[in-house]
Amino acid sequence: MTIEQSVALAPAARAIQLIGTDLTEKSLKLHLDGLSGVDAVGLEARAAGLATRSIKTTSKAWALDTIIRLIDLTTLEGADTPGKVQSLVAKAMNPDPSDPTTPRVAAVCVYGDMVADAVAALGSAHAAGGPTGINVAAVATAFPSGRASLAVKLADTRDAVAAGADEIDMVIDRGAFLSGRYGVVFEQIVAVKEACRRDDGSMAHLKVILETGELNTYDNVRKASWLAILAGADFIKTSTGKVQPAATLPVTLLMLQVVNDWNRLTGEKIGVKPAGGIRSSKDAIRYLVTVAETVGEEWLHPHLFRFGASSLLNDVLLQRQKLKTGHYSGPDYVTID
Amino acid sequence: MSFLEYAPAPESKSILHLKKDYGLFIDGDFRDGHGTPFTTISPADESPIARIANANTADVDTAVAAARRAYDKTWSRMSGADRGKYLFRIARLVQERSRELAVAESLDNGKPIKESRDVDVPLVAAWFFYYAGWADKLDHAGLGPSPRALGVAAQVIPWNFPLLMLAWKIAPALAAGNTVVLKPAETTPLSALVFAEILQQADLPAGVVNIITGAGDTGSALVNHPDVDKVAFTGSTAVGRAIARSTAGTGKKITLELGGKAANIVFDDAPMDQAIEGIVNGIFFNQGHVCCAGSRLLVQENIHDEVIDRLKQRLSTLRMGDPLDKNTDIGAINSKAQLERIRALSEVGEQEGATRWSADCEIPAKGFWFAPTIFTNVETSHRIAREEIFGPVLSVLTFRTPAEAIAKANNTPYGLSAGIWSDKGSRILGVADRLKAGVVWANTFNRFDPASPFGGYKESGYGREGGRHGLGAYLQSGWSDALPASRSPRPSRAIRPSTKAKPAEKAVRAASKGAAS
Repeated sequence: MTIEQSVALAPAARAIQLIGTDLTEKSLKLHLDGLSGVDAVGLEARAAGLATRSIKTTSKAWALDTIIRLIDLTTLEGADTPGKVQSLVAKAMNPDPSDPTTPRVAAVCVYGDMVADAVAALGSAHAAGGPTGINVAAVATAFPSGRASLAVKLADTRDAVAAGADEIDMVIDRGAFLSGRYGVVFEQIVAVKEACRRDDGSMAHLKVILETGELNTYDNVRKASWLAILAGADFIKTSTGKVQPAATLPVTLLMLQVVNDWNRLTGEKIGVKPAGGIRSSKDAIRYLVTVAETVGEEWLHPHLFRFGASSLLNDVLLQRQKLKTGHYSGPDYVTID
Repeated sequence: MSFLEYAPAPESKSILHLKKDYGLFIDGDFRDGHGTPFTTISPADESPIARIANANTADVDTAVAAARRAYDKTWSRMSGADRGKYLFRIARLVQERSRELAVAESLDNGKPIKESRDVDVPLVAAWFFYYAGWADKLDHAGLGPSPRALGVAAQVIPWNFPLLMLAWKIAPALAAGNTVVLKPAETTPLSALVFAEILQQADLPAGVVNIITGAGDTGSALVNHPDVDKVAFTGSTAVGRAIARSTAGTGKKITLELGGKAANIVFDDAPMDQAIEGIVNGIFFNQGHVCCAGSRLLVQENIHDEVIDRLKQRLSTLRMGDPLDKNTDIGAINSKAQLERIRALSEVGEQEGATRWSADCEIPAKGFWFAPTIFTNVETSHRIAREEIFGPVLSVLTFRTPAEAIAKANNTPYGLSAGIWSDKGSRILGVADRLKAGVVWANTFNRFDPASPFGGYKESGYGREGGRHGLGAYLQSGWSDALPASRSPRPSRAIRPSTKAKPAEKAVRAASKGAAS
């Protein structure tokens, strides 16, 4: 099967450059099957080793602030309302009313139909992809299952972009991936990337969710990471948060290793977003350590690393207050959103 | 500020109740030695830690006599189940006092606290737990019904894993019913002396374990003592050879765990990121002060450049410095003498034409330090490819085919360990079968477990430690004696005629020696 239209699409440029212009299901499969395997025991041992780093005093203070700057504050509930989104945005803009030096989060992440509400609530604080303010990220492509036709997925994406989303979090077709139809997965990512294009030619940032909990093996995670990058992902993201296990440290480490390999090969920097299940500051700090020691500190910026989380922020705020005052307050001293 | 310059996170020394002076631990008590005391220092900053007694030959006699008495009167009469109780108690106390032991170890040895805390001390406890379970099951040790202990074991251990080597020696010896005189290395006596306090806390009968400190002459007096039945030594091949020579014909049973120059073989289908970790762990774990270290990297030629490139990137993230800082990856070299040896051999490597690369580490002003170093363009004839450096220095060689990898891996006078990295199970099994090494790791390196026997081929020594085999090294068959050892302790050697062993017993010993060599 030839992936015909993708040859013409700009987002597939990476794949063409690496694999060649005769991009076929077969050439794609050959490339992915040629990737080095992953030894699960060794990967998990390395992640466990990184998790033993002891981050104290000034390093901890910096880490806590950095975590806040890297958070995509998320609400992805069937029960989401404009009011809930407004509350989330208020929290994103002013995480700790008792301390104005608290940084803002990177983005709010909502369902596509809530994008307009988020944009309105942000008002002038909307970064719209700029260097200051808060971005609006939307999950799209029949999130979280991804079980819809390509046409529906593209419409979902275009809707969100048109409503003002700066970032699109798409899901890959895990069914296609697991049945070996890498070309289908590739084509869909390429097409969604194209749907991220705005009328003025600029593009919304594309995060590709692999849903690692459904891919099951580390070898699969590595292949899917490569596939997503080749197809044009700006970010690779672990999970929807709707499937267990969601983000784990070994999976994130593995994705960072792929990103590192890509950087060595091309000089291009791809972002990574672990999402789901990261609830404590202690956990989040382990991710920062893993990023810094795997790809380098320059990845600890919102354009290259994000946490997809909802409850993490309040734990970080509690820890931040503890570091400043020397004692723990309690859950009633941080605001719920 | 740079996040990677993590703020200092030192483990507190206050948990360690250091004494100014440590005596010899003989017959259940600390007592003065009759040699000139010496000072043990921290290799990280050369500061003195404590004054340590020095055992002369008279002290060695006293210690061996105490061990003999304890063997005759107490330990050999005790049931296996009761011996096991003591070992379980020791294991639990090691766990309870693990932080203190880890601090003592890192302070005296220079190894990073994360290694002493996460590897050494947990393994020490594991070793005692494992052999505690064996104490009442000796019938299943593979030597037939009612095997007997050997008697008094003289044990001399090295400085690279002071407490772990102590556990490897003492746990099986006691489980099998022997009593022990152990000499820790001159530069690292501290953790063994803290362990002696644990023995007191555990109420271990006096004399069952005696710990005497001193230098090489103390060790020599101990292993050559006529009333010793078993000699167990871990250390250099040169000293091992001297011990083998001096104990030959004495009837002493002997176990030697000596040097190594292990090949770590990386095939082109290896899981790359994990292989890099494995190479790092293989040679830079414990500053390369590991007899089974993967000091010869054999990498398939077609991935050589990529492996070296990735290795350099990874080594650049290693953190060298204060061994007590929880984020330190590479600690101090244990002694000035060892540092000089590493330096000298590295210079030889350069003179022989190999290419040297060292990680860009800030070397502390005081103490003994050596940056992680790799040599490429190493040929099999180079000294750095043949001699044990015992430091953070990796020699990289290439191969083209599995057959060449096996030939090069085996082309060494040593044979302690080897590593294989490949995603292909059949290749791992096929290559492992043909490697002449006591331990072969597949897709991992430097992993230890008390249930797994450990030991070498060729100049890496003989005998096995760990597992059932390690137990057998402290037992003899019960067939040669009508009565089991637990009810019939052998008379003390001191009151025996000069032939020492009964003829039947001697024959058994000779046979077992023959089988071992």
